[in-house]
Amino acid sequence: MSPASDVPPASDPTAASPAPTAASGASAQPALRLDGIHKRLGGRDIVVDLHLDVAPGELVTLLGPSGCGKTTTLRMVAGFLKPDRGRVLVDGRDVTPLNPEKRPSAMVFQSYALWPHMTVFKNVAFPLRLAKVPGAELTRRVEAALDMVGLMHHRDSRPARISGGEQQRVALARALVQEPKLLLLDEPLSNLDARLRVKVREEIREIQQRLGITTVLVTHDQEEALSISDRVAVMKDGRIEQLSPPAELYADPRSEFVARFVGSLNTFDGRLVERADGLSVAAEPGVVTAVRPEDVVILDGASDQAAQLETQAAGATAARPVHAARVLRVVPHGPYAEVMLDVAGHRLSAFRSGSLPAQDSQVTVRLRRPMVFVDGKREQASDS
Amino acid sequence: MTITPATSADGATSALRRALVGLAAGVVVIALAVFIFGPLVWLAIRAFVTSWTYPHLTPDGWTMDWWGKVFADNQLSNAVYNSFSFAVMTVALSALICLPAAYAFGRYQFPGRRFFLIALFAMNSFPKMGLFVTLASLFYTLRLMETQLGIVIVHVMGTVVFMTWIPAAAFAAVPRSLEEAARDAGAGALRVFFTITLPLALPSILVAVIMSFLASFDEAQGTYLVGGSTYLTMPTQMYRLVEYYPLQIAAVFSILLSIPSVVLLALVRKQVMGGQLAEGFQLR
Repeated sequence: MSPASDVPPASDPTAASPAPTAASGASAQPALRLDGIHKRLGGRDIVVDLHLDVAPGELVTLLGPSGCGKTTTLRMVAGFLKPDRGRVLVDGRDVTPLNPEKRPSAMVFQSYALWPHMTVFKNVAFPLRLAKVPGAELTRRVEAALDMVGLMHHRDSRPARISGGEQQRVALARALVQEPKLLLLDEPLSNLDARLRVKVREEIREIQQRLGITTVLVTHDQEEALSISDRVAVMKDGRIEQLSPPAELYADPRSEFVARFVGSLNTFDGRLVERADGLSVAAEPGVVTAVRPEDVVILDGASDQAAQLETQAAGATAARPVHAARVLRVVPHGPYAEVMLDVAGHRLSAFRSGSLPAQDSQVTVRLRRPMVFVDGKREQASDS
Repeated sequence: MTITPATSADGATSALRRALVGLAAGVVVIALAVFIFGPLVWLAIRAFVTSWTYPHLTPDGWTMDWWGKVFADNQLSNAVYNSFSFAVMTVALSALICLPAAYAFGRYQFPGRRFFLIALFAMNSFPKMGLFVTLASLFYTLRLMETQLGIVIVHVMGTVVFMTWIPAAAFAAVPRSLEEAARDAGAGALRVFFTITLPLALPSILVAVIMSFLASFDEAQGTYLVGGSTYLTMPTQMYRLVEYYPLQIAAVFSILLSIPSVVLLALVRKQVMGGQLAEGFQLR
C-alpha cells in the first residue's frame, strides 16, 4: 500500500486518535523491542543494557543531553552500529546481525543527507530502484510521497536549490516511500529555525499518525519531545531514566535529572519547612526540594480566589501556607511572564499570565506541588 | 578647524597624478604581457613563415609548408601518436593503482598514513635525473629498457601525487551520512560506492586525470632515458628537432605539443579555479 493513502495500515480506520499507550500496546507484540542492548565505544559504555518496547504505531522519543547514548541507540536500531550484546527485534524478528540495507527501518538524518547529484525525484526514487520496483509503480509511489510532503513542484530540483525545511521534507518522503516498518528520526528539526521547526514538527506528527507508522525520534529538545511523542524516554549515561507519556513526565518526574531536564525548576538544598509565619529550608544531605515556576502562585485579589479554587481542585486537603515575597524583576515572554521573587532570602522564579506585579512591590505567594528528591530519586510525597 | 577649498590648481595636480599612475600601470601591464605572450607570438609566427632574418622587421614570406612537412615526416607523426598513447596508458594504469589508494587515504586511519602521504611528495622533490639513473640500472636487470611498459612506469611515477592526493581529498569530503542514507535505503557497500561516493568525487578525479595526462604528455627526461631512440614522444623529439631541423619545424611542433594542455586546462578551468586542485593538497 502507498504511504500517501489516507487509510492507516491498521485495520481499524477509526483509530485516527493518537497511537496506543504503553498499557494497550503491551498486550500486542511490540513493533520494536530493544532487548538489553549494550555498546562500548572508545573505552566508554555509551549504551548500558537498554530495554525498550515500542508498540505498533507509537512514537517514542529518546530525549537527553549530548553524550547520553540516544543517537548511539538509534544507530543500533538502524544497523549502523552492532550492539556488543543484546538484540534488536522488529515485529518479533531478530534483526541484530543484519546490515542497514537489510533492515525494515528507514532513517531521516540530522543533516537530511540528500544526494546532491540527484534531483528530488531521484532522491526519493532511489530506495525503490534498489528494491527493483517497476517503472510505473515507482513513479506513482514517488509522486504520492512527494505529494504527501507538498513538494511535487520541486520534483526536478536539485537539493541545493530548495530550502532547509523543504530538504527535510524530501528526506522524510525518501524514508516514507520505502513503507518501512520503523521510521527513525535523528534530530530531524535541529537545523531548522524556530518557527519552521514547530511547523515541520506538526507535519511529521500528522503524517506519522495518519500512516500509523511506528517511529523512534531522537532529540535533545524537550519541547519537541513533549509536543509530538506518545511516550518519552529520558536518557542519561546510556540508561533510560524514565519512560512516560509527556504529560506524566512533566507532572511526575521520578528523578531530579528528569525534573531538571524537562521544564524549568526552582530548587532548595534541603527540605522545605513551610509554616504560617514563614518559609525555611532544613538542610539534609542528598535532599533537594523542587517547585516548578508555574507552581509558585502569586496571590492578589481576584486571582487569589482562582488560585484557591485551583488548589482545592488539585486535591489539596488544606490550603498551603502563604509567604510574603518581593518582586525583583519581571521578564515578559509574550503569552506569559517570568517573575523573579525573593521569598525569605530565596530567589524563586514564577510563571504568570494576566496582570503582572510591579517591580519591588510586595506580594504573597503560595507554593504548590513541591517535589522532594533524595539522592536524585523522587521521594513519594505524603502531605500533598 | 579649517577646510582648504579645492582650487583649480589642486584639481589639475591630482588629475595629472592620476594620469601618470595610469600610464605607469599601463606600461607595467604591457611589459608583462610582452614578457609572457611575446615568445608565444614569436613562436606562432615562426610556424607560418618561410624565413625571418635579422634586419627585417616583418617575416620574409608566409607559408604552410612546415605543417605539411611535420605531418608527412614519419618519425614526427609517430612521436605524436606515441605521446597520446603513452599518456592514455599512463592515466589508465595510474588510476588503477592510485584511486584505491586515494580512497584508503581519504577514508581510513591506518598506521603510517601520514608517512606515505608525505613520501608521495618526496618523490617529486627528489632530483629527477638522479632518480631516473638509478631506475635505469634497475630497468636493465628487469629488461624494461626500451619497452613500452618501462616508459609507462616512468610516466606513472610522475602522476602518482596528482592521482592520489586530489581524489583522496575528494573521497574524504563526501559526507558519511550520504553513504549511510544510501545503505539505509537498501544499497550494499559496493553499490553505495558506485552510485554515491564515486559520482560525488568525480569532478576532482577528472582534474587528477587531466593533470596526470598532461604530466605524462610533457615528460621528457625519463622517456628519453628509458625509450632511447626506439620510442620517441613529442617532448623527446623536441631535443632532436632543435638540433637537426629548421627552426620553423620546432615552432610547429611546440604548438602541437601545447594544444592538449590548453584544451584540457580550459575544460577543467572551473574545477581548477574552484579550488579542487588546491584542496587536494590540503589533506590532513
